[in-house]
Amino acid sequence: MTPYIIIILLIFMIIAALVALETRDTLAAVVALAAVGIGTSIAFLFLGAPDLAITQVVVEVLVLLILIRATISRDVTTIQEGKPQFGMTIAVSSLLILFLFSLHMVEVLPVFGLRAHTGLAGNPSLHYLGEALAETGAANVVTAILLDYRVFDTIGEVTVLFVALIGVWTVLRKKGRLRGDSDSVEGMVKKS
Amino acid sequence: MSPIVQTVTRWINSFIFIFGLYVMLYGHVTPGGGFPGGVIIACSFILITLAAGKEFTFRLFSLKQASVVDSLSILLFLIIGFLGMVFGNYFFANFLPPGEAFRLQSGGTIVFSNVVIGFKVSAAIFAMFLYLSLFRLEEGAGEE
Repeated sequence: MTPYIIIILLIFMIIAALVALETRDTLAAVVALAAVGIGTSIAFLFLGAPDLAITQVVVEVLVLLILIRATISRDVTTIQEGKPQFGMTIAVSSLLILFLFSLHMVEVLPVFGLRAHTGLAGNPSLHYLGEALAETGAANVVTAILLDYRVFDTIGEVTVLFVALIGVWTVLRKKGRLRGDSDSVEGMVKKS
Repeated sequence: MSPIVQTVTRWINSFIFIFGLYVMLYGHVTPGGGFPGGVIIACSFILITLAAGKEFTFRLFSLKQASVVDSLSILLFLIIGFLGMVFGNYFFANFLPPGEAFRLQSGGTIVFSNVVIGFKVSAAIFAMFLYLSLFRLEEGAGEE
């Protein structure tokens, strides 16, 4: 039963992505993009990953809010007519080559729905599944992996968010610094 | 925004905030965790901003406070890691006892990490939304 639901969801997501690409209206494109995200979230739910489903749906709502806020005010619907033939040919042919190479990878991949990496030395995924509750005391194995076994990944994620906020802060600040200001780089160079 | 939106926001906003706190605190027992909980809390503040305007929101949670919370919580997360180095053997060692399963007090340092990450994410995403929308207000010719 579940594979059919996943396939239907995938088809829905592909159609929504095509709509988001091809539509002329920016707002409709944003809503279609949100439909892709909601489809992903439901697919995660059926695949048995509620943590990912919650994160996906929450972030999707947030992105939808920000994008709608941005598109409604701007209302920029200038879309260039026609597509450059040369670029399209290169893109499609390189995607085709990538697909041919990835066919070999598909043979190596584990069967869909089975536990991955069971052939590795030490068998980490089975160790996590079996010992996480006893070793960390966290009933949710996903959280135990994220915040105990693989906490370095989490610290990288947090750092990425921190740096992203600094980037937004810097690019979108209210006042730029004038040349010769005491704060600016040129001013500091001049002073020293 | 219209009075309908403002009234409904006033009713449901605290529930959204408490749900975010719940997802954050019980991330080690139920699905969820610091990141989604933080985004839910940020969404509750964003809802106030959309319904009542940014001046009202700044009285609750100003941009300066958001930046302080953001920086302090990433510092606290690193301090948890170094405490693991002091009391355990390695960086981010889980030095607290595992505790009884399915309880809030279980999981050792995982609870504290979840809470810290949740506050960090909520402050960062709220500030990011405010910066993006303030940028729009400044450029978009007087539309408040």
